[in-house]
Amino acid sequence: MAQENLQNKHTNSTIKSSSASTESSSSLQEDEVKSASRRKFLKNTAYTTAGIGAACAFLPFVDSMNPSKDVQALASIEVDISAIKVGEEKKVMWRGKPVFIKRRSEQEIIEAQKVELSELKDPQADADRVKKGKEEWLITIGICTHLGCVPIGGQGEYKGWFCPCHGSQYDTSARIRKGPAPKNLEIPPYEFLNDKTIKIG
Amino acid sequence: MSQKFSFDNQDEELSPKQQIEVFHSIENDIGQSITEKSKVASWINDRLPIVATLENTLKKHPYPKNLSYWWNFGSLAGIALVLQILTGLFLAMHYVPNTKYAFDSVEHIMRDVNYGWLIRYIHAVGASMFFVALYAHIIRALFYGSYKAPREVLWWIGIIIFLLTMATAFMGYVLPWGQMSFWGATVITNLFSAIPVVGQSIVQWLWGGYSVDNPTLNRFFVLHFLMPFLIVGIVFLHLMALHTVGSNNPSGVPMKTKKDSIPFHPYFTIKDMVGFVAFFIVFGYFLFFYPNALGHPDNYIPANPLVTPPHIVPEWYFLPFYAILRAVPDKLGGVVMMFGAIILLFFIPYLDRSKIRSGAYRPTFQKFFYVFVVNFIFLGWLGKSPAEGWYIWASRIATFYYYAYFLIILPNLPKFEKILPLPSSIDEHYQQSHKHK
Repeated sequence: MAQENLQNKHTNSTIKSSSASTESSSSLQEDEVKSASRRKFLKNTAYTTAGIGAACAFLPFVDSMNPSKDVQALASIEVDISAIKVGEEKKVMWRGKPVFIKRRSEQEIIEAQKVELSELKDPQADADRVKKGKEEWLITIGICTHLGCVPIGGQGEYKGWFCPCHGSQYDTSARIRKGPAPKNLEIPPYEFLNDKTIKIG
Repeated sequence: MSQKFSFDNQDEELSPKQQIEVFHSIENDIGQSITEKSKVASWINDRLPIVATLENTLKKHPYPKNLSYWWNFGSLAGIALVLQILTGLFLAMHYVPNTKYAFDSVEHIMRDVNYGWLIRYIHAVGASMFFVALYAHIIRALFYGSYKAPREVLWWIGIIIFLLTMATAFMGYVLPWGQMSFWGATVITNLFSAIPVVGQSIVQWLWGGYSVDNPTLNRFFVLHFLMPFLIVGIVFLHLMALHTVGSNNPSGVPMKTKKDSIPFHPYFTIKDMVGFVAFFIVFGYFLFFYPNALGHPDNYIPANPLVTPPHIVPEWYFLPFYAILRAVPDKLGGVVMMFGAIILLFFIPYLDRSKIRSGAYRPTFQKFFYVFVVNFIFLGWLGKSPAEGWYIWASRIATFYYYAYFLIILPNLPKFEKILPLPSSIDEHYQQSHKHK
């Protein structure tokens, strides 16, 4: 059908132009310019609609690569922290990454708090990195912000964490102090469900 | 160009070679009137002639101007193939080809993966839609004699695509590892055990073991992933052959002058779009309302090597051939007849002795042809029915007609049949069919 219509159009336009030859040539030209701009508009409209349609049709495919529901369902974990002694660190897996749960000693807390913000590469106060009243607990994602290695606890000049890959050094608040890493260790979203349990994620 | 050949006499025939020559002379003639390319386009084209190739295909290459909607199914099969590859690619990102996890991973796709249900159902329904397009495409070729010289190679490549698609679809159906997957795979691979002497060794080689098991599933997944890309390559050969000999048309009369032709763009781009819309309406109907109607419910039961379902059936697109297999009361004989039914298609260019192409001018042929189509559908219905009682006899009669159509009717019918007067050209056919509208 569409083809026939187009063909009819074709024949119509040839008939038109042959009959128009008796008319003034300027009106013929005007006609052609008009139909050319109409055609251009129709074409652009068609292409745009098709383009938007194709893009929309592709969205589900792109979204299928996002975390699936079973992955999302495991996106938060609960951790029992009652067995961790002062000065100790526990590593847990959360979303496929290590999370450091560190129970800091009194001295480590003081050291972390007394640092001037101006000394820091990624300035952030220790109070902003722990929950109020729970300064003892520092919970960080154990991935060096340089290139993704796992730093080693209790090592380095600042007695925080030391990354064996490229020598980044973190303090007792897990803030970057020396080395190539640009940022402090990330703090995951977490909350204390009670004194013994935290929920990460 | 047209001066080289004279068409004064309607009965005068062009040899296949001449038909190709005329076709190319028309193509060359059109080529001279092609518009100039932009600077960027010609810069690229001087180094990699894709711009010219595309332009040739769309604007220069002459297509018969009388093509009917029966000529839409090639592009529909094409879009179906693209869709299968696209959805398959995303399914493969979530599927696990291991007997322990395959079934669950498919359920994981259906329940957990974002839009996984949509992608999987497009893939499953898409397989059926692909075969709808393929069968319609083949039926069109059989009716209009599209396999006749000079299009034999084009036809053969088409049959190869058909065979590869069937193999791909079969292996794809095994992947969900449901009951029908497992027992379908068992039955179909066992077909090869009918081969004398080496049969059992071949089957073990196919399985990678002593039954359909994990090695089988794993290799089927790999091959199911690979083969669509082979098909794409062969589709390009199909198009190459098509562009060398030109499209057949409803009149079957070869192209003789430029007047017989129109370019692909915009005429057939727009017409193919109309076809796509109709195709996707049917597709959408199944996809969104009856996504499982074309599958078998038993395939939602995990594979169990200890229990065969009471009634095994292949996917609907294999049913006619399955009926032929069951019609023969002999293991090897059944397998030979089933594969033979497809291999036979390769010989049609020589079996069909008709001097004219199009069935539209062969009234007697048409009767046999329609019986053939109904018979083929009947075979499909028989393939779905239990293999007992009168069904078996009906299958035998239908199988006989399937073979007789190709081996007896096509070669001998031209000796007796009366042929309607052919139009002298595609243009004339076009004028005739549009006179009263």
